Amino acid sequence: MTPLPAGPPLAWYLGLSAVVFLIGVVGVLVRRNALIIFMSIELMLNAANLAFVAFSHYLHSLDGQIFVFFVMTVAAAEVAVGLAIIVNLFRLRETVYVDEVNILKG
Amino acid sequence: MGALARLLQQPDARFVLLALLKIVAILFGLLTVVSYLIYLERKIAGHIQARPGPNRVGPLGLLQPAADVLKLFFKEEFVPAEANKVVFHIAPMLAVIPALISFSVVPMGPAITVTDVNVGLLVFLSMSSLGVYAITLGGWSSNNKYALLGGLRSSAQMVSYELAMGMSTIGPLLLAGSLSLVGIVNAQRAIPFVVHQPLAFLIFMITALAETNRAPFDLPEAESELVAGFHTEYSSMKWGFFFLGEYANIIVISAIAVTLFLGGWSGPWLPESLGFVWFFAKLGVLLFVFMWVRWTFPRFRYDQLMAFGWKVLLPLALANILATSALLFFIPAPGWRQAWAMFAGSAALFALAVALSPRLVPSRVDLLARREAA
Amino acid sequence: MTVALFAVFATVLVASSLMVVLHRHPVTCALFLVLAFCSLAALYLVLQAQFVALVQILVYAGAIMVLFLFVLMYLNLKRDLEEGLHHQVRRVIGWGMGGLLLVEGVLLFRPEWAVGPLGRETPQAVHAAGNTEMVGRLLYSRYLFPFELTSLVLLVAMVGAVVIGKGRRRRGDEEAA
Repeated sequence: MTPLPAGPPLAWYLGLSAVVFLIGVVGVLVRRNALIIFMSIELMLNAANLAFVAFSHYLHSLDGQIFVFFVMTVAAAEVAVGLAIIVNLFRLRETVYVDEVNILKG
Repeated sequence: MGALARLLQQPDARFVLLALLKIVAILFGLLTVVSYLIYLERKIAGHIQARPGPNRVGPLGLLQPAADVLKLFFKEEFVPAEANKVVFHIAPMLAVIPALISFSVVPMGPAITVTDVNVGLLVFLSMSSLGVYAITLGGWSSNNKYALLGGLRSSAQMVSYELAMGMSTIGPLLLAGSLSLVGIVNAQRAIPFVVHQPLAFLIFMITALAETNRAPFDLPEAESELVAGFHTEYSSMKWGFFFLGEYANIIVISAIAVTLFLGGWSGPWLPESLGFVWFFAKLGVLLFVFMWVRWTFPRFRYDQLMAFGWKVLLPLALANILATSALLFFIPAPGWRQAWAMFAGSAALFALAVALSPRLVPSRVDLLARREAA
Repeated sequence: MTVALFAVFATVLVASSLMVVLHRHPVTCALFLVLAFCSLAALYLVLQAQFVALVQILVYAGAIMVLFLFVLMYLNLKRDLEEGLHHQVRRVIGWGMGGLLLVEGVLLFRPEWAVGPLGRETPQAVHAAGNTEMVGRLLYSRYLFPFELTSLVLLVAMVGAVVIGKGRRRRGDEEAA
């Protein structure tokens, strides 16, 4: 099958990436649930991935896709460790709301 | 009408229309085959257990699937009180959709593929990892302890065996040099990959049984265990969809096994245009093996299941990749010499695994000893 | 047609990301995130990055989000209760800052920054050789060292997750063992 015809300009992809990134930022700022904060961080990482792939397509270089590969790997590692920490925190404090974990004791 | 004719002249529109026609054909074909597969399963189960199976409805019981579907339509469908309504409704759909998508990349004949994506194998692997959602969400949304436990157990099992399955497909991938399923079938014109990679084939079949929650890996949904596991609270057509999804998954995984290891649509004596006959014949043999295994072997205990998946199958699949790439480096030319060398390597690894696995998988004696020590 | 595909998938992406951030029940947020990842994979396919698109579904939607769902079901969380004045203030500040950053980004962006030196992997060359083959070739030649490092990162993460997730034994368990 032939490649797709020429798509929208690069600026649209970067704009979309910025919008999704900022939705992630707002999520981290507004929500108190640690798991939702984590999900917003994943949204931010994916927005960056979108920018990488868009640049890779428009600048004719596959380095962007290689970086996306590495970002995905590191994100997977980060999610595993982060969720283990949250589970441990829940066992200790019976809560996942970041507002309620404000005492260093215990 | 003029607009339609002009639309059809564009190659892109024609491609989409042809793909849609193939999709509809496959959809109807698959759904019919699935319902008759359920009938075949009951017949085979019956004969293995020295009884005739369904033989009342129609000649030889052939109208049994129609009767079953009619019954399912008329059953009362209830939703548990505190269940999450939206997720409860979409979980059965999630069971069927990934299987149908995987079927679009399987080459059933020399020119019969819905679409030849150049990453076809990855499509299959991604769809099998999406299949975990149906069970997890089905179990959770039922608001039922047993369903939740069954769902979580089942998804833990599927995720563990998915790794070994993915790794076992890397052997044929290395030999064919392409992720495209059409490319893999074309590389098997001379010798099917099951000769080069018998161990990978065995691992793939075992993990396929675990992925589709078939016996002997069906602890999460066995009737004598957690009521009915994740689909306890489902009735009527929703349960029917889960069932449909399970059998569609079995057909798809068997089709992928035929494509990766048994040579796809290639076969002797028939001209290439009739390749789909060979494809369906091989598919039928593998489906029979699935059912045969179900009614022959006893169930795995859950800790044995997890130990087997992580401690035996995964290292074995990794060792297979190592052995395959090493042998491919020393004997790069495809042919019988390469095939027999890889066969010998696989046999050596299999012997090693058989020797080591009693130490890795806990047996009944270990469980009793642990209970007495505690 | 490409613009139409982009518009559809971009809308789904933005809508599901908004639902992730706005919805009150964590499991529904996780499911919307899965939808966002799938639409992102579709966008990657529109950008001719087939390998990355399928690895996105395989890794993000198929593994990472399953892990999220496991933890959510294990913790058995109900709907988030976020009422009260300090939550309202936090929401206003959060959305305000987000909007401000977006306006700033739109005003500051200059199209001439986004046109760099063109590389060698033109779409025709990539289509001829195959996306996965070219990514593989790059990964194992120029980026071999980072590739080996990521295996170490994953190993450390695995060990860390098991050790942290196991938790510390309580006093009673230690005496019985």
